[in-house]
Amino acid sequence: MRVINRHPGPALRLALALAPFALVLLAYAVASDLRLAVNPADKLLPAPSTILDTAAGLFTEGDRRTGRILLWHDTWSSLLRLISGVGIATAIGLATGLCIGLVPHLRAGLAGFVGVASMVPPLALLPILFIVFGLGELSKIMLIVIGITPVLIRDLSQRVLDIPREQIVKAQTLGASSMVIALRVALPQILPRVIGAVRLGLGPAWLFLIAAEAIAADQGLGYRIFLVRRYLAMDVILTYVAWITLLAFVMDWGLRALSRRAFPWMEAGL
Amino acid sequence: MSFVTAHDIFHAYGHRPILERVNLSVAEGEFISIVGASGCGKSTFLRLLLAEERPDRGVISIDGAPPAREPDRARGVVFQRYSVFPHLTLEGNLVAAEGLGTRWGRLHGAARRAARERARATLERIGLAHAAAAYPSTLSGGMQQRLAIAQALTARPRILLLDEPFGALDPGTRVAMHDFLQEMRAETGMTVFMVTHDIQEGFKLGDRVVVFDKPRWDPQFPDAYGATITYDFDARHGGIPFQTLKEDTRVLQSA
Ligand SMILES: Nc1ncnc2c1ncn2[C@@H]1O[C@H](COP(=O)(O)OP(=O)(O)OP(=O)(O)O)[C@@H](O)[C@H]1O
Ligand SMILES: [Mg+2]
Repeated sequence: MRVINRHPGPALRLALALAPFALVLLAYAVASDLRLAVNPADKLLPAPSTILDTAAGLFTEGDRRTGRILLWHDTWSSLLRLISGVGIATAIGLATGLCIGLVPHLRAGLAGFVGVASMVPPLALLPILFIVFGLGELSKIMLIVIGITPVLIRDLSQRVLDIPREQIVKAQTLGASSMVIALRVALPQILPRVIGAVRLGLGPAWLFLIAAEAIAADQGLGYRIFLVRRYLAMDVILTYVAWITLLAFVMDWGLRALSRRAFPWMEAGL
Repeated sequence: MSFVTAHDIFHAYGHRPILERVNLSVAEGEFISIVGASGCGKSTFLRLLLAEERPDRGVISIDGAPPAREPDRARGVVFQRYSVFPHLTLEGNLVAAEGLGTRWGRLHGAARRAARERARATLERIGLAHAAAAYPSTLSGGMQQRLAIAQALTARPRILLLDEPFGALDPGTRVAMHDFLQEMRAETGMTVFMVTHDIQEGFKLGDRVVVFDKPRWDPQFPDAYGATITYDFDARHGGIPFQTLKEDTRVLQSA
C-alpha cells in the first residue's frame, strides 16, 4: 500500500502529534543535563526544574521594590498594544479591501500603491516611527498597523474580487445600491476571510510588537526578555517565550472557534 | 406590440466580434429559448439584455424605455450557478429580494415581518418550507435553482433571463423544474429568455426557439466573424411537427 494512502488511527494520531513536543523537551533536558554535569553554575541551559521554579515565581511573586507582579503587567501592556494594532489594521484593511474589490476607480487608484507599500520592510521604518510618534505607545501600535495593514488589504480585496460576479449582478437586479452590495453581499461573505487573514497576521504582529518593545519600552513582554538578556537569565527568557507562544496559540484557537460558530454557512459549504 | 427589442446589435471583445447584426423583437409574455454552439455568444447576448454590458452598436430597449446602463429591477436573472446568496438562509434569500432595494438593504419592523410572511408562503409554494432556516449549500442543485427562480420572481422583474438554469441538473429534476417554471410563468405572465443546450427543452418550454450561429465562416480565422440569429422557430403547439420558419429571419439582410 502506498504511504499516501495509509492513515493513522485516532490514538496513533494523538501520539504522533505529541511526539515532536516530547522530543524537543527531551533533547533540551539531555543537553541541559550534559552541560550542568560539566559546570553546575552554567546559565545557558538551566535545568527544567529550575525553569519551572522560576516560572512559578514569575507568575505569583511581586517585584521586590514595588510588589507588582511584573509578568502580568508586561502581558497586559503587550496585549493592549497588540490588540489595538491588529484591531486598527483590520478595520482599515476591511474598509479598504471592500473599496478596492468593489469600486473600479478606487481599484485603479489604490491597488498598485498598496502592492508597493506592502513591499516596504516595516522594521526599517521603526526609527522613523520613533521620531514621528515618539517613544510612547503610539509608535509601537503604528508599527503593527503599518506592518500588517497592506497585506490585509491585499488579501481582503482579492477575496472581494473572488466573490462570483453572478452574485453581484443578482444583487443589482434586486435593486441593491453599491453601498448595499458592499454591506449586505460582500461584507458578510468576507467576514470569515477576515478572521483567517487576522490569524495569519497575528504572527507578524507579534514580531513587530516584540521588536518595538525590545528597542524602546519600559514595560511589555518583549522589553522584559531583552532586559534580562543582559543577566543571561535564560530561565526567565524561556518562561516568557513559552508564555508568548501560549498566548499566541490561544488567540489563534479562539479566532478559529469564533469563525466556526459565527459562520455556519461556510462550514456547510466545505 | 413589441415589448423587448434588440436592434442591430454588434458586440466585440477586443478585436474579436462575438455578435453581429442581431435583431430580435419579442412580445410581452413570450418565452424565448436561445440555443447555439458553445462559445457563440448566447451568454453575451443575455448579458446585453441584462445591461451588465452595453452593446458596441445597436440598441436594446424594454417597453420603449431608453436603453439601461446597468442591471436593475426590471431584469431578473438566474445563472447556472452562484445565483443565491450563500450567507443567507432560504428565507433570508427571499426576504433579501425585497429588502436589498431599500436604502440600507434591509427591512425593519412590520415591513420585515410581512416580507418574512411572504417568504414563508413562497417557500411553501415551491416545496422548500421545511428548509426555511437552512443555508443554500445544504440544498441539492435543483432546490437551489428553484430558490433562485423564486428569488428572482420576488422582485417582480419585467423580463426574466435564464442562463442554462437547468444545465447541471439530472433529467428527473429537470422535468420537475420545467413544470415549476411553467407554473410560475402561467402565474406571472413573465417575458422569459432562456439559454439552453437542450433543444428539446427549448422547444418544450419556449414559444420561440432562436438559434445563434455564425452565418459567415472564414476557415483561416474562425474568430473573424460574429454570430447572429440564423433561425427563429415557432415552438408553440407542441413544437416540432408544427414548426414553421418565420419569414423575417435576418440572416440575409445586409447591414
Ligand atoms: N469578458 C470577456 N472578455 C473577452 N472575451 C469574452 C468575455 N466573455 C466572453 N468572451 C468570449 O466570447 C465568446 C462568447 O462567450 P459566451 O459566454 O457568450 O458564449 P456562450 O454561447 O454562452 O457559450 P456557452 O454555451 O459555452 O455558455 C467566447 O468565445 C468567450 O471566450
Ligand atoms: Mg454561456
